[in-house]
Amino acid sequence: MSITQILFWVLTAMAIGSSLMMITRKNPVYSVLWLIMTFFAISGHYLLMNAQFLFIVNLIVYTGAIMVLFLYVLMLIDLRHDTEPRKNKWLKFAGAVAGGCLLLVIVAALKDSDIKSNVVQTGEGDIGLIANLGKALFNEYVVPFEISSILFLSAMVGAVVIGKKE
Amino acid sequence: MLSMALFTIGIVGVLTRRNAIIIFMCIELMLNAVNLLLVAFSKMHHLQLLSTNAAAGSEGQLFVFFIMVVAAAEVAVGLAIIVMMYRNIHSVDINFLNRLKN
Repeated sequence: MSITQILFWVLTAMAIGSSLMMITRKNPVYSVLWLIMTFFAISGHYLLMNAQFLFIVNLIVYTGAIMVLFLYVLMLIDLRHDTEPRKNKWLKFAGAVAGGCLLLVIVAALKDSDIKSNVVQTGEGDIGLIANLGKALFNEYVVPFEISSILFLSAMVGAVVIGKKE
Repeated sequence: MLSMALFTIGIVGVLTRRNAIIIFMCIELMLNAVNLLLVAFSKMHHLQLLSTNAAAGSEGQLFVFFIMVVAAAEVAVGLAIIVMMYRNIHSVDINFLNRLKN
C-alpha cells in the first residue's frame, strides 16, 4: 500500500467520520466545528489529486469565510435557551432509512459502470495549477466569470436589504 | 473508489434534515461532495485524453470554482434570511414555518 493510498483512506475516514459527527451533534457550534474538519479533509483530497488552486480556494472560501459566517450568525442568534424540541424518533429513523436506500441505489447503479477501470491521476499532472486554470478561465470563460461577479454584487445587495431593520 | 466514498458523504448530508441551521450546513456539505466528484472526474478525463489534448479536464475544475462562487453568494443571502427569520419569530426551528400565511 503506497503512501498515497494510505493518505486517501485516512482522509476519507476523516471526512466521513466528521460529517457523521456533524449531523449528530445537538449543539450547532460543535456541528460547525465538525463541518470545518470535514472541509479540511476534502481539501486534503484536492491536494492529493494535485488540484492546488482548488485546494487553496477551498481552504480560504469554505473554511475561512463561510464557516466564520456561520459561527457569526450562531453568535448573533442566541441558541442557548431554546434547546430544540424533541423530534419524533420515528421521523429520524425514517430519514436514516431513506438516506440509506438512496446510498444503496447509487452504489448499485455505479457498481457495474466502467468507472472502475479508469483510475484517477494522483500526484502529477499540471492541470490543476494556478497558471493553467487561470489561462483557461480568462480565455474561454471570461463571460461566466463576469456574470458571476454581477451575481455576487446582487447577492451582496440582497443580503443587506434582507438583513436591514425596517 | 473515490467517487463512492464521497457520494457517501453527500448522502449523509442529504439524510440529515433536522431542524435549525444544520440543514443549511448540510446543503454546504452536499455541494462539497459534488465538487470533489467533479475534480475526480476531471482528473480521470485528463488522464484519458492526455495524448491528444493537454488541457483536457480543466473545465471540471473551473466548474468547481464557479460552484464555490455561487455557494458563497447563496450562504450570504441564506444567512441573512435566517437572521431575519430569527428576528421575527425568535426561533430557528423550521416547524414554525410550515405555513406561509401570516
